[in-house]
Formats: sequence, structure tokens, C-alpha cells
Amino acid sequence: MDIKVNVREARSHAFVVELSGEIDVYTSPKVKDAITELIDQGHYNLVINLGKVRYIDSTGLGVLIGGLKRVREHGGSVNLVCTNPQIKKIFDITGLVKIFGIFDDEESAMKALV
Amino acid sequence: MNALQQREKNAGIVELRIPRRAEWVAVARLAVAAVANRLSFSIEEIEDVKIAVAEACTSCILQHEGGDQIDILFTTDQDALTVRVRSFGKAEAAADAAATSVDAELQIGALGILLIRSLMDSVEYEGGGGRDIHLVMTKKVAT
Repeated sequence: MDIKVNVREARSHAFVVELSGEIDVYTSPKVKDAITELIDQGHYNLVINLGKVRYIDSTGLGVLIGGLKRVREHGGSVNLVCTNPQIKKIFDITGLVKIFGIFDDEESAMKALV
Repeated sequence: MNALQQREKNAGIVELRIPRRAEWVAVARLAVAAVANRLSFSIEEIEDVKIAVAEACTSCILQHEGGDQIDILFTTDQDALTVRVRSFGKAEAAADAAATSVDAELQIGALGILLIRSLMDSVEYEGGGGRDIHLVMTKKVAT
């Protein structure tokens, strides 16, 4: 079990963090490091693509919430790409659908960034 | 053979002990998926149980100063899967306070307990003392 993290600049000052695999208590530090590094570099508009994520738990959600909180302090935002119904269900149950912008594709998520 | 005897005949018990470390939670997930697959759960229900068990294990790792192991007991019968997840705190920590279900629940991360309660049909805390976590959760097969 592992998580793959791919970071790329999609447009000026807007980055995509593409995740692939399972995000749990073991792998979430790797995701946190990637997001933290971007924010520390001054990038506050992020799209996190969960399209290839098969599993996410509360620690993974915690990392996403932490990232969102930090970018909002700088007037930025985090949008998510999520198509897996099981992952969407987790966001529904926890009420995080009201906090994150959740989109079906990367292009829509990128357009919706503030 | 009466109903109780029939139920006991169909019961299955699987015990798993994993190190109380993050890299082993995936093993608990795989194990519960294999056990749940023996019942008539849908794929979505199996995913629900996997998440609930993993959240309980994660809580044992993150939320208390427990021992080195997490004990997981899977009990199946015809129409339900019950999972007990236990992790014992250090003796000196356990003596700190009397256990209550409220105390135990506070040890589970807010998001984690929300997920467990939402995905399983029943969730209880049993016994335990001080820093112990002993969570019992059941998922019934949809009829």
C-alpha cells in the first residue's frame, strides 16, 4: 500500500496535487508534506485531484482540512476533484462537502479557484 | 436444531493481533474485507466496514498511550459481523481515571467516530479502564 503524489503547476500560481493510491494514517504524512511544501513556497490556490484515490480515512481528511485552513489565511482556496462514490460518501458523512469545492474534473476545479 | 444452535453453527470467529503502528492498519483493512466477504454484504457495505475498522485502529494508534498491540476479534453469524477492537493502555495510565463511555469516546477522533457511527449499525464501548480503548461495532446484512 502506498500513495503517489504528483505536483504540477497548471497555471500561474495555481497548482494541482494529483494523488493516487490509499490515504490513511500511514500515508497521509506524505500528502501533508506535499501540500505544506507548496504553501510554504507561497502557493495558495490548489486543486487536489483525488480521482485515483481508492481510500481515504479521517487522517487524510485532516490533512486536507489543515491545508484548506492554511491557504484561506492567505486568501487562497483548495478545490477537490473526486469521482469515486465511496470517497464522495466520506465527504458527505463528515459534512466536508460544505467546506470544500468538489468537482468531477480538474478543469472545472481549476476554473472555480478564487 | 433450534434457531440458536443454527446460529452458533454458522458463527465464525477470527482473531487478529497487529502491532500498534500505522503501517499495520492496512492489514486490518484487508482482513476485515476478507471476513466480511464471507457474508452477503455488498461491495459498498464491505467498504463501510473496512473504513470503520481502520478508524478504530487509527484511534488506538493516535489517541492513546497504549501498549504495543491492537487486538481485533471478528465474529460472524448468518446476518451480522461484529468487530471488537481493543488496545490496552499502560498500567499506570489506566489507573488515572475511571472509565466511562464518554471518556472512551473522547479518545476517538471526532471525524473517526463520526465515520464509525455512520457506517456501522451499532457501536458500543465496553469495559476498559483509563486509557484503554475497547470498541464493539456491528454491521448487519441488509435484508
